[in-house]
Amino acid sequence: MTDPIQPPPKKNPLNRSWVSTIPPAARSRAALGLTAAAAEGRFMLQVCADCGATQYPPRDACHKCLSIDLPWQDIIPTGELLAETTIRATTDIYFRDRLPWRAGTVRLDAGPPMICHIHGDVKPYARVRLINRLDRSGQGVILALPEKDTPNMADDPHLRAISSDPSHRRVLIVDGRNPNTPDFAKALKDAGAAMILIGLSEDWLPFQGRKALEDVGAQIIPLDVTDTKSLQRLAGEFGGKIDILINNARYIRPGGVIDRTDTNLAARELEVNALGLMRLAQALGPAMCSRTADGTNSAVAWVNILSAWALANEPSFGSFAASQAAALSLSQSLRAEFRASGLRLMNVFVGPTDDEWHQPLPPPKVTPAAIARDVVRGLHGGFEDVFCGDVAKDLNERFRRNPKVLEREMTGGGV
Amino acid sequence: MSRARQSYQGVALVAPTSIPYQRYSIDTAHFWIARALKGSLDAAGIAPADLDGFSAASFSLFPDTVVGLTQHLGLSPRWLDQIPMGGASGVVALRRAARAVQAGDADVVACVAGDTNHIDSFRQLLSSFSRFSQDAAYPYGFGGPNAVFGILTDHYMQTYGATREDFGRICVAQRTNALKNPGAVMTKPLSMDQYLAGRPISDPITLFDCVMPCAGSEAFLVMTVKEAEKRQLPYATVRGAIERHNAHADDPIQLRGGWTLDIDELWQMSGYSPIDMDLVQTYDDYPVISMMQIEDLGFCKKGHAGEFLCGKDMTVSGDFPHNTSGGQLSGGQAGAAGGFIGLVEAIRQVTGQAGPTQVKGAKRAVISGFGMVNYDRGVCTAATVIEGGGA
Repeated sequence: MTDPIQPPPKKNPLNRSWVSTIPPAARSRAALGLTAAAAEGRFMLQVCADCGATQYPPRDACHKCLSIDLPWQDIIPTGELLAETTIRATTDIYFRDRLPWRAGTVRLDAGPPMICHIHGDVKPYARVRLINRLDRSGQGVILALPEKDTPNMADDPHLRAISSDPSHRRVLIVDGRNPNTPDFAKALKDAGAAMILIGLSEDWLPFQGRKALEDVGAQIIPLDVTDTKSLQRLAGEFGGKIDILINNARYIRPGGVIDRTDTNLAARELEVNALGLMRLAQALGPAMCSRTADGTNSAVAWVNILSAWALANEPSFGSFAASQAAALSLSQSLRAEFRASGLRLMNVFVGPTDDEWHQPLPPPKVTPAAIARDVVRGLHGGFEDVFCGDVAKDLNERFRRNPKVLEREMTGGGV
Repeated sequence: MSRARQSYQGVALVAPTSIPYQRYSIDTAHFWIARALKGSLDAAGIAPADLDGFSAASFSLFPDTVVGLTQHLGLSPRWLDQIPMGGASGVVALRRAARAVQAGDADVVACVAGDTNHIDSFRQLLSSFSRFSQDAAYPYGFGGPNAVFGILTDHYMQTYGATREDFGRICVAQRTNALKNPGAVMTKPLSMDQYLAGRPISDPITLFDCVMPCAGSEAFLVMTVKEAEKRQLPYATVRGAIERHNAHADDPIQLRGGWTLDIDELWQMSGYSPIDMDLVQTYDDYPVISMMQIEDLGFCKKGHAGEFLCGKDMTVSGDFPHNTSGGQLSGGQAGAAGGFIGLVEAIRQVTGQAGPTQVKGAKRAVISGFGMVNYDRGVCTAATVIEGGGA
């Protein structure tokens, strides 16, 4: 079993904070296939379309038959630890601060041997299951886990380093008025979050949900993503204490382009959904980036709740979908800007949510509890992309297959 | 089935030169290569402009290649080669140069290896070493070769029951040899107790299993026996030579190298067998690799090197002289020169020019090379049997 992580002591402000470093990030283009799979937590390798040989490390041509047709496929992630080492000296500054580091060679049941990280609970020469996850550089890496779960296994330093585990961490949920906030707060509390802050815009207006949130132990603070000043005040007070930020601010109205007569609603959608993300990041991003090596409760993840319509426009909510596409594009820039710090940006794409705005749409619709579950699952896995609900998953599949076909289907051209 | 190899008859190896290594150097690979080249050319009485064949091996020449070296060093060869094979580069350079000389493409080929070692240059070399290492080895703790050979050593110990003492014997004997070599980087004696108490580096590898990256260079010349005799140079002949790359790719972890595929042919070509050798030079970036070579070259059965060496004295005056100059473990690893150190020392040995490390009456040597941990194992292997001229 793993020794459980103890709640960190109060930080001594006089001590120097660890400077953020990241593990080696350089990869070939082929190896980025592993990263793309890890972004969703999938264990995939290249398999030769001509001879069926499984490839590793990622390649441009099959090592058995020279075929260049090497599609990525899901692979059964089990194998055997053949040999290992514990690294006690390195010239790399990220690993140097984290020694000793256990690594070894696992022979995958599907074929190739792989050098991988080894979880502390794996016994020498034991059977293992492998996971493919993003490390702090944002690249896919393989970690060997014990075949069966062990007590406190998430607290293992290898696993903690590649997850965005909420336990012992402090979370800000941006929009207390969003109907999904109580479920988020509860799920994060259950996942071991040490502190939950909940933003409330226009806090002079009555807020029915206050008691429910306070009952979970959340602290409610003024926050309006359209008000730069409120964000600066918030950053001054809480900027150095936010380890996970969940941006669930959302402004949604039906309608596309010419079924509206002006751009007022569209402006509001962009103000909250796209520029709100930008303002939040400008206010809180730098402080979070500077705290990614700050011990047990280091800053670890930035989460955006986005509509899956960010991928392809749904014309009945055409203007809202455009604001989601804008937010998605901004999130990609932000992810790149976070890269050097190791702060993870996770987008949770949801299908139509079960609320008043989607009332005319047919099921399936996503419940707040389901989104909350997927947020916590994504944090545990350290993912970058989570697709929540059947509609979002389906839309993602179709988007990958052919975005142009999807566009026509979304506008009623498909049967 | 391949055809029978042509012999290396008529080829002479002369003018072995080793420039004493330095832990760190502010100079460049060009500087180190120039010094070794000059050493060999001076010994043979050849002016740089008259040299018609040149082969270089180096990791730290960037942005230059051997082409840049010709202009930099004022050479005008009609035969030019660069060997990117690290620890196998010495034997491979010899093989290619010997064929060029036999065929008349060049009269004299200077084979040179050299590298510099700046502060932090080892880390930089590692981070751009190979694509597979970059993609699939370094992200896992960045232990460099220590981590790969830690895994390999663990597997070897577990498979064959080798002990740390087995590895220690090699390191301790080589230190004894190095103490006789004024050019060696390591200058203090090493006992088995000190070896066993070495600081852990990448389990089960400890401090004295590791080579010290340094700056240095090595060179020798390849010409015809006729030319060597005309110039009255002591020379060694090549009895046989083999190389092989990416052998046994399906072995999940490396316990053997490509030597196993060609070793019978090597001994057959040479007309000798392992017991005829007066000394053995293995590529010793880690002692487990020396043991693998001693097995794969045919000195003992697979997995039995520990037991075999236990009964041997591996020092210069012993019954199994091994890595007589101290090898890389005690001499230091000067980049690609690590692929030359054993060969250059062996040429000195079989021509009676080894001075303080001379094995008495040494006439014949086997030298093997092992290079390039492209991902999880060394990919290049090579070996040669040489013999002192007039033997």
